[in-house]
Amino acid sequence: MAIFINKESKVIVQGMTGSEGTKHTGRMLKYGTNIVGGVTPGKGGQSVEIEGKTLPVFNSVAEAVAATGANASVVFVPPKFAKAAVMDAIDAALPLVVVITEGIPVHDAAIFYAHAESKGTTRLIGPNCPGLISPGLSNIGIIPGDITGPGRIGLVSKSGTLTYQMMYELRDIGFSTAVGIGGDPIIGTTHIDCLRAFQDDPDTDAIVIIGEIGGDAEERAAAFISSYVTKPVVGYVAGFTAPEGKTMGHAGAIVSGSSGTAEAKKVALEAAGVKVGKTPSETAALMRAILNG
Amino acid sequence: MDLFEYQARDLFEAHNIPVLAGAVALTADEAERAAATMGGKVVVKAQVKVGGRGKAGGVKLAVDAADARVKAEAILGMDIKGHTVHKVMIAQAAPIAEEYYMAILLDRANRNFLVMASVAGGMEIEEVAHTQPEKLARVGIDPNSGISREKALEIVKAGQFPEGVVSDVADVLLKLWAAFVAEDATLMEINPLVKTEDGRIIALDGKVTLDDNADFRHPEHEALIDHASTNPLEAAAKAKNLNYVKLDGEVGIIGNGAGLVMSTLDVVAYAGEKYGVKPANFLDIGGGASAEVMADGLSIILGDTDVRSVFVNVFGGITSCDAVANGIVKALEMLGDKATKPIVVRLDGNNVLEGRRILNEAAHPLVHQLDTMDGAAAKAAELAAK
Repeated sequence: MAIFINKESKVIVQGMTGSEGTKHTGRMLKYGTNIVGGVTPGKGGQSVEIEGKTLPVFNSVAEAVAATGANASVVFVPPKFAKAAVMDAIDAALPLVVVITEGIPVHDAAIFYAHAESKGTTRLIGPNCPGLISPGLSNIGIIPGDITGPGRIGLVSKSGTLTYQMMYELRDIGFSTAVGIGGDPIIGTTHIDCLRAFQDDPDTDAIVIIGEIGGDAEERAAAFISSYVTKPVVGYVAGFTAPEGKTMGHAGAIVSGSSGTAEAKKVALEAAGVKVGKTPSETAALMRAILNG
Repeated sequence: MDLFEYQARDLFEAHNIPVLAGAVALTADEAERAAATMGGKVVVKAQVKVGGRGKAGGVKLAVDAADARVKAEAILGMDIKGHTVHKVMIAQAAPIAEEYYMAILLDRANRNFLVMASVAGGMEIEEVAHTQPEKLARVGIDPNSGISREKALEIVKAGQFPEGVVSDVADVLLKLWAAFVAEDATLMEINPLVKTEDGRIIALDGKVTLDDNADFRHPEHEALIDHASTNPLEAAAKAKNLNYVKLDGEVGIIGNGAGLVMSTLDVVAYAGEKYGVKPANFLDIGGGASAEVMADGLSIILGDTDVRSVFVNVFGGITSCDAVANGIVKALEMLGDKATKPIVVRLDGNNVLEGRRILNEAAHPLVHQLDTMDGAAAKAAELAAK
């Protein structure tokens, strides 16, 4: 199995005709991801040839779904137009929308997140994320496909390159699914959503959670682990030595109730029984020790 | 981007939020002139992007223009929690009857916006939130429906504002929301929002944070950037579109992806304990960095006189390691004799063998290659210790 994506995922690429979209469509096709078409408003009716496959281009996600039966989309549309693209995918009730685009204004993300919540038919991943990979089954986004193969570890991370680093550290064991949820202030799928899915996935035996400083998502994830997750979890938090960022006004402190430091996150995770490594390699060693057991 | 108080005041005024007269001054002369124009008593306020300036002596009442000059002289150049005061704001003084609190901000946990309003404003608002939470209304806002007048009245009543000011405070809230949306803000806080003795509701002090991602639809925000306090290396990096932060150590750091760079800072800091060295900077060249970007990054780091060794830590995801290796070789060619510091390189991931081969072949005397992140961090720390 795996979480969120598998062999049956039929993917359209929003922004496929742009340079990033074309490049990554090629990489995903090479990996074996079932890409069935693309969406670029104004270019509907054309087709493009990528990696030897002829892919139809549609004006809207609804048209693409009607023609291809797509059930997932990946968004490479530039920040200026990303909100419209994501709203289009949500309106078409696409079950999974993975937003790779970096630099989307947070007011735009707030609007499309609220829209997805009120419709209740779309899982958003991102924005500003590397996407997700279920090795051997499907790869949606920009995670390199050749780091490691299928296995029984689930991984959830805010950071793209730390995801790659950790997959590399544990490449001999392999992963069920690795999800890069993105580091923006407003994201769709959270650490908690992934932890729940990994706990419920019979093909995941252990979980790696990677966080970084800022916000209190890791603290909330820790509380969720205490109440729901029985599989072993190891954690890593980046930014122990980062200088304290300046916070303005009182509003932030009133809301989060947490300092957002790496230390605070580590303490919260350890209180939930998570083994937390000081470095990526130490974190990998903790996971290895658990699996060898 | 965080704004200074005077910039927040101007932004509020532009959105019809009631404020008092205020002007920014860089010198005591300017402060005196501004106070003379305003007439009467004024408050001289240090402009720093950090809290606690009142307690640090950065806010003083002046009885007239000559006194404003004296107070400005005392405040300009002051150090408040590591921030040097380069500017003061001269603000009209007002007889205050009551102090309230109002803020709109991004709520990461609930992934929407949050309004907070309280009859009990001023410096102790965090304490109020803690000990008398019933006095602080907190209401989540759906960004697709916004705030109606009914909703605004409901929030203000929940914040326990007295009947007589409810309507005026609700007006301020509606204007603050309009400003928050129009300016792509992630925080707009008015503390205190005051009632004057003659019954007017006025935003006396404000904090504003704007979303840099939305700069493309706000070309006017560029004028709000504080160039004076930007580190020259940071400015050079920004001009090259690099995400760089100057720190106070000796090991220059370059990596790809914010998470990996942060992790690199940690690993170097741990390795550096033994040698008494720390990271000199944060520099993320991005997930898809090209040879040119690597060359730009390396020249900025090597231009930092504090740097004694450099650690290039790249995991090739989208970036392929051969491009990174070519970037390093090209940067060293460009820099020529100016490159004098040892460079420790750790490459892994996409096309790593080719990347390592390119560096080995170039055999530059300054470049050391190591296979692991931990090993490379230790080497870079050791080299910086000399």
